[in-house]
Amino acid sequence: MNVNIYLGMLHRAETTLAESFRQVADGHASEPDVYALCHTLAKQCDEHSDRLQPVVERYGEASDGEPERLHAEGLSTTRQGPLGLLRDLQDLYLLGSFVDVTWTMLKQAGSALHDEELLDVVAHCDHETSVQLRWLQTRMKQAAPQALVAAR
Amino acid sequence: MEEETIVVDRIAEIWGTRTPYPRDGLWPVRVDQALAEGVTEADIDRWVQSACVLCSNGCACDIAVKDGAMVGIRGRAGDLVNHGRLGPKGLFASWQGMSHPDRLTRPLIRENGELVECDWDTAMNRITERSRELLRTRGPLSHGFYTSGQLFIEEYYALAIIGKAGIGTPHMDGNTRLCTATAAAAMKESFGADGQPGSYTDIDSCDAIFLYGHNMAETQTVLWSRVLDRIEGPDRPKVVCVDPRDTEVARHADVHLAVRPGTNMALMNALIHEVLANGWWDEEYVQAHTTGLEQLKATVADWTPEKAAGICDVSADDIREAARIFGTSARVLSTVLQGFYQSAQATASSCQVNNLHLLRGLLGRPGCGILQMNGQPTAQNNRECGADGDLPGFRNWENPNHVQELADLWDVDPLTIPHWAPPTHAMQIFRYAEQGSIEFLWISATNPAVSMPDLSRIRRILEKPELFVVVQDLYLTETAQAADVVLPAAGWGEKTGTFTNVNRTVHLSDKAVDPPGEAHTDLDIFLDYSKRMGFTTLSGAPLLSWSGPEDGFRAWQECSRGRPCDYTGISYDRLRGGSGIQWPCNEENPDGRERLYEDGVFATDPDYCESYGHDLLTGATVGSEAFRATVPAGRAILKTADYSPPHEEPDSDYPMRYTTGRTAYHFHTRTKTGRSRPLRQAAPSAWVELGPNDAQRLGIQEGDMVRVSSRRGKIEVPVRISDIRDNTVFAPFHYGYWDAGGSPGAHPTAANELTLTEWDPVSKQPVFKNAAVKVEKIGHANGPAPAPTTTASRPVAAARNRMRPTVGGSDAHATEQVDAVPPPHFPEAIKPGASAPVFSGARQGQVGRP
Repeated sequence: MNVNIYLGMLHRAETTLAESFRQVADGHASEPDVYALCHTLAKQCDEHSDRLQPVVERYGEASDGEPERLHAEGLSTTRQGPLGLLRDLQDLYLLGSFVDVTWTMLKQAGSALHDEELLDVVAHCDHETSVQLRWLQTRMKQAAPQALVAAR
Repeated sequence: MEEETIVVDRIAEIWGTRTPYPRDGLWPVRVDQALAEGVTEADIDRWVQSACVLCSNGCACDIAVKDGAMVGIRGRAGDLVNHGRLGPKGLFASWQGMSHPDRLTRPLIRENGELVECDWDTAMNRITERSRELLRTRGPLSHGFYTSGQLFIEEYYALAIIGKAGIGTPHMDGNTRLCTATAAAAMKESFGADGQPGSYTDIDSCDAIFLYGHNMAETQTVLWSRVLDRIEGPDRPKVVCVDPRDTEVARHADVHLAVRPGTNMALMNALIHEVLANGWWDEEYVQAHTTGLEQLKATVADWTPEKAAGICDVSADDIREAARIFGTSARVLSTVLQGFYQSAQATASSCQVNNLHLLRGLLGRPGCGILQMNGQPTAQNNRECGADGDLPGFRNWENPNHVQELADLWDVDPLTIPHWAPPTHAMQIFRYAEQGSIEFLWISATNPAVSMPDLSRIRRILEKPELFVVVQDLYLTETAQAADVVLPAAGWGEKTGTFTNVNRTVHLSDKAVDPPGEAHTDLDIFLDYSKRMGFTTLSGAPLLSWSGPEDGFRAWQECSRGRPCDYTGISYDRLRGGSGIQWPCNEENPDGRERLYEDGVFATDPDYCESYGHDLLTGATVGSEAFRATVPAGRAILKTADYSPPHEEPDSDYPMRYTTGRTAYHFHTRTKTGRSRPLRQAAPSAWVELGPNDAQRLGIQEGDMVRVSSRRGKIEVPVRISDIRDNTVFAPFHYGYWDAGGSPGAHPTAANELTLTEWDPVSKQPVFKNAAVKVEKIGHANGPAPAPTTTASRPVAAARNRMRPTVGGSDAHATEQVDAVPPPHFPEAIKPGASAPVFSGARQGQVGRP
């Protein structure tokens, strides 16, 4: 059984996403909504890791030993200005999408295993992750015209 | 009926003489009147119909004119809103606030750093040159418009067309963002569209009234008179007040929940928890007319009164009692205002009020209503007409058919109309200006240099040399002083137009006198700009070819046709002489409509709704597909979110909570009320309020000077020791610097020096009612603080008889004539439409004495 591999992937991805939300929050603190919401969403990611813990204890978490071919290492630093904000939010969107689809695969595994505990965790967390993505998209759509067309 | 005219000091008696009435009775008429000193009724040449613009209540009035000048005001007996009454601001600052010698009379332009007078051509050319150059080199996104809650329908609609169809910028908003955005947002989330479900007449019939963060006694004094008259009647309604201060509302409350600022959502969750747990909800109504019950149940599942009590710092028993009153009273009216709208989780908390009513099916019947209040007289019209960025007629920017309707109406390319993203809200407009991507900012009838949060930042933005600022106003406000071009505007009584109050009542305000000097109406200024810019339709006609306000009104009627705010059955003629009319007014509702949603069918049809909604925690848009998938089909949506604590909480550096608000005697930044002698004397200068325990702990006595500071700035003002809750500091937000040298100087007084730049994720309304501050004494008292004793700033009991009470004296005399005529009622008070049969009975409210 390889569920432990996906649990490991998800745990690492949620941790990375949380760190990246915090990075963007502090790097773009002059955008008050970005600052406040990215911190709120970082806490959500932390909670997701906590909720996953009992499942991890049952299945363990592991790496498949394969090299990561697509690097999703999180944001090492933030960019500046309107275009930088857009790029950073887009990076968060990519990381969030990785988290989102990983939850979906765990839901598939949970269904096949008839594991209600896992399915409950997925239902709660995957919903929140999808809202995170929707917020990122809403905020990016708002920022894009100004950043791409009007900003100097 | 017995007529008796008495003289009342309406500074001392804010709410005037009581006229008690029973449940389901008609609120008696009391005609309030104030004339200039030395003027008698016999001297008056004519009375001109209008409605008051000094709060959101929309009291109908007649303006007294003598020798071409406004010399007095009288409430209109036959109007359904006020039954003849006026508040102190209307009596003493309506025409008086317009007639001051400080009025701007000529345009000003900045030359070598100084504002100098010029003619209109010079001023308008300077604007259009800059505007054209920026449109050519930077495009429409370089332009921003920040307007008001004070203009008329015709003016907002003109501005909306210029911005959306002429220029094509999404950067339009009004100061309504600061006062009423959450009302609109909460109604869109719950009911699918803006539009007040209830009516003021619900006060007449309710068994309980809940005021959520709504100090009605000071913000809408005439509406509060109506409540007081029920309270003094034979079968008073229960009153529940949620407010951290000991307001006049709290003093009459059966339950006063003095919550810690920033914790409304925790309280609301507990109230819903109790209503559900005790089976006080109407399962049949909820099943038939709502969606989202399971989510709501899950959210409030562990919100016991005890849990909320700990967070809100109120007693669990009081929460239980409030819930019991809500859950067991046959008819409940709820009103909501800034204590919710300007605090943490604004939209979510306000939606919970809607949810309480939906759970019990308490909507669309007499006494069962919700008033998601407005702060300003014409805020509703800004929302309707789209000068706040929304699409006109409550159209949905995410619905391509709605965009096409507007394109057809205006004969422009739909791509010109910005609809690719949510409209840019005020705080974001200023952020773009700060970053330099908005380089042209046109500010009309508002004063952000005092009213926005974190003022030192706002001043820096307005003073940026690269930002071209146009200000259009009555007076040289703090904001106008930073402008590149200042346009002198005509105001109330000097122009004709219509506007709509909180409960959807449309009033006409006729021109009574000429504006001073060369001042132009806001409408004429917008039309002039459009003409000079050469904005045209696809067929090459001028985009705006209106010759005056009535053309604008007719254009607006067409835009509103078939939408929730349908004005097609209203005309200037119908509004002259009769009562104001509540929209929708159309073939189906020929006399307008008192309440919405009587049939439990809401505006959530996906093809009709104004919004597909948002996630209440983040503001993420739901989007068309996901919204359609929930099959709302006319059902209301029980929207909710979990509680999350405010983002700035007290700490060791800034240990107290700070909140701001209004006093009964002033409006906004006092541009009018500060120029009225009785009002100025009643509340002459700034103060802060502290509770007695905090004052004692800090060694502070009544009237001592203190410095209140936050991470953003400081104010230095005297202290009033009042009955505000512990560890909380209140400051009135009226006191800027136009009458104090123009800038903050050594002792800043504007409450917004301290507030933070943060906003609700859904409504984008700034958070003015929660910040962390510290208080230090910096000087001894020279007497009591300059705070009124008649309002929430009343001193604590121990000090009360040592202090001179707030009175107005002969300056503040008004007459009150009780029971002058029988009370008006719906629909008889409404003047028939052209095609409707003529009503045969006696009709109230004609111009002239009844």
